[in-house]
Amino acid sequence: MVKKSVERIYLSLIFLFLYLPIAVLIILSFNNSKTKVQWGGFTLKWYKNLFSTSSIMEAFWTTILISLASALIATLLGTLAALGIDAMKKRNQAIMVGATNIPLLNADIVTGLSMMLLFVRFTRLGIGTVLIAHITFNIPYVILNVLPKLKQSSRTAYEAALDLGATPMYAFFKIVWPQISPGVFSGFLMAMTMSLDDFSVTYFTKGAGINTLSTMIYTEMRKGIRPEMYALSTILFLLAFVLLLFMNFGPSAHKDKNGT
Amino acid sequence: MSKRLIDLQHITKSFDKQTVLDDLNLYIRENEFLTLLGPSGCGKTTTLRIIGGFETPDSGNIIFDGKNITSLAPNERQLNTVFQKYALFPHMSIAENIAFGLKIKKKSKSYIDDKIKYALKLVNLDGFEKRSVDSLSGGQQQRIAIARAIVNEPKVLLLDEPLGALDLKLRQDMQYELIRLKNELGITFIYVTHDQEEALTMSDTIVVMNQGYIQQIGTPEDIYNEPTNAFVADFIGESNIIHGIMLQDRLVKVLDVTFPCVDEGFGNNVPVDVVIRPEDVELVEPGQGMLEGDVVSLIFKGVHWETEVLANGYEWLVQTTQMHPVGTHVGIRVDPFNIQIMNKPESSDEKAVESDV
Amino acid sequence: MFNLKRQLLSGPYLLWMVGFILMPVVMILYYAFTTTSGHFTLLNITSIFASIHMKSLFLSLKLALACTAICLALSYPLAMILNNMKQRSQGFIVFIFILPMWMNFMLRILAWKLLLSNNGVINMVLEAIGLPGLDVLNTPSAVVFCMVYDFLPFMILPIYNAMSRIQQDIIEAARDLGAGTATIFFKIIVPLTTPGVISGIIMVFVPALTSFAISDLLGGGKVLLIGNVIEQAFMQEYNWNLGSGLSLVLMVFVIASMALMSSKGEKGGASVW
Repeated sequence: MVKKSVERIYLSLIFLFLYLPIAVLIILSFNNSKTKVQWGGFTLKWYKNLFSTSSIMEAFWTTILISLASALIATLLGTLAALGIDAMKKRNQAIMVGATNIPLLNADIVTGLSMMLLFVRFTRLGIGTVLIAHITFNIPYVILNVLPKLKQSSRTAYEAALDLGATPMYAFFKIVWPQISPGVFSGFLMAMTMSLDDFSVTYFTKGAGINTLSTMIYTEMRKGIRPEMYALSTILFLLAFVLLLFMNFGPSAHKDKNGT
Repeated sequence: MSKRLIDLQHITKSFDKQTVLDDLNLYIRENEFLTLLGPSGCGKTTTLRIIGGFETPDSGNIIFDGKNITSLAPNERQLNTVFQKYALFPHMSIAENIAFGLKIKKKSKSYIDDKIKYALKLVNLDGFEKRSVDSLSGGQQQRIAIARAIVNEPKVLLLDEPLGALDLKLRQDMQYELIRLKNELGITFIYVTHDQEEALTMSDTIVVMNQGYIQQIGTPEDIYNEPTNAFVADFIGESNIIHGIMLQDRLVKVLDVTFPCVDEGFGNNVPVDVVIRPEDVELVEPGQGMLEGDVVSLIFKGVHWETEVLANGYEWLVQTTQMHPVGTHVGIRVDPFNIQIMNKPESSDEKAVESDV
Repeated sequence: MFNLKRQLLSGPYLLWMVGFILMPVVMILYYAFTTTSGHFTLLNITSIFASIHMKSLFLSLKLALACTAICLALSYPLAMILNNMKQRSQGFIVFIFILPMWMNFMLRILAWKLLLSNNGVINMVLEAIGLPGLDVLNTPSAVVFCMVYDFLPFMILPIYNAMSRIQQDIIEAARDLGAGTATIFFKIIVPLTTPGVISGIIMVFVPALTSFAISDLLGGGKVLLIGNVIEQAFMQEYNWNLGSGLSLVLMVFVIASMALMSSKGEKGGASVW
């Protein structure tokens, strides 16, 4: 029993450590006072202001656009790549998977800087270069999610479909796709979250004039945060909560568990 | 008869309000090969885990060698377990796996080395010391799991469906290996399986279980030849189980035909279950048997023909060495001593047993 | 035939890798080994030995090690407690501990800054109970705290995964062979979770070593990590050659430390996700 309560206390302390800062953010988003020290009463005005502050809204939509587009393109390229890798010989597969892992493990700052060096030589920095950079670091997440599903999917089922007269295309969409689609889906979600979360790579490849939420908060933290940011943080936290809840306990989660 | 080594007294155990064992009583003798046999969910594995110390019974006592060990932890009991999926330590070599228990007991290095050699020889895997667990086949892993358990010189070895994951041929080989091992070691084996053939081949004593109750305890011969109820008869080998009426001692009416039998003491005009093994049914010329019917199915099984005969509304399962093509009109004859008479189940528990069949 | 055709599906990805992973590295190499006028030099690389750069590198190593050690010390018991919980509640509680990881990286820094600042929540609480306020903001400790806060879930997850993969019957087998709680922990649980610990260490150590945003925002310009030096070389001094040289050194450092770690934990390292 003593052990149980020690465990409880430990869990609570870590929980507090993780959530206290977030709680502060959320509380401040309802604080009717410009300074963050004093409680000036409950208000929703920062939420109202948020939607009329064009610079924040612009950064918000840029972030959404970049993460959606980069995740989509990365999912397409990554799924194709996984299908190709799956058809390779064992040794080539190992090489490909190894090469795919490298950018995952490289330091963000080096990834961002090296791409910036390339981009400035051939083009101007802007939303396009950010998009390319995000696609680049997203593809590995897709491949590493799809490849295990392909490995588990039964080759013989695909061959049986061909034997029964299906065209390769038909067999792919009727037989292979249903088996790998949970992996494709989770790869897409992971790519999107990585993209939403990114700061370093965006910071170096964005150039002047455009901002994602990460880079905007970075700049504001050096100058002074607008309280609307707290309101935005609260909304984003709730979004992450719902998204993750869906990923973990939603319909695709169960298939995942059976697979692995 | 050797002495009682383990005594399970009034063991009751339930999980999530579902009773798995209900007032179970069982004793195990020294040097006995005892098998707990039953379908999945019958409580056999739970019984084994209670003996091993991995579960604590809700009530009841376990007496081991005269001492009450009910609340003793597994590492303090003088018995070892061979797990269903082997449970070898994946991060250790074969030698390290086998040495695990001995190192805990702080045995000397030379003693441990000798023991490893001896155990590997015993399970026919000499020279495997340095190999890794992944590099072994299922059958080899199984042998290592046994070796790892027996080097500790337990008084009792518990085996939880140890052959379940092996293919048929290997399983049969391992059955003989286990009998040999038991004889060489001279210790008690408690073996859990759902495979009746395994149980019949290896055991000194079989305990047939179903739904938390012991159905019958006996030697393989007893269990096979004299099953005490329809569940046991059906679970051990194949049987024709037919509703009948005991007219009087030594006379039973089945499918409107009166059969002479050897059973007495059931009373007069009592409904009973009649069990006849398929190899005990003789097919004869029409007119020479007690009843007649037509062959409806015929399958060649190697040592015999498995024949189904529809007679008086019942499909008789018959194993014969003669071929009777489908459609043949045949007579059926059964010797009186091959007819087993059983009481119909009375209590609701036993009914449950029957419905499970 | 069909196989070869299918292999071609990875073509676009291969081209992409060459264009946007290989080429950028070539660019870094080019700048690292040239002067501003395009002549070959080793000075950009060797400048890591300049005392100011060495100081940054050592401070980075020190803070990254501290952060990794704290994360490990916090996560291992946590993973054990989580793993021992009832299956039904386990999923949700693990979810709770992973959730902060999915909040925007910058927002997490912002939140932590609010907590630490001189008139922030921690100091308000301390003052309320009559204790002197802490002045941690703009110190290396603040940076380490924030790194721990940011990277802790990356340590929890792989260790927890490794732990939950340990089959219960292996533990039972060890107990059956006479092992007590301590033996089971040191001989079975620790070795079997080592791959998870190693991926956790890599996933925390690398970003901690290379981070520049946290030290920039919470160090108040006083905590100069190697990441800050590189960032400033590029974005403030526009000395791309020096920045590339130092980046290359950092890259080698990262790769070397990962090679060192993963050689000790071959299995399971890649299966973090």
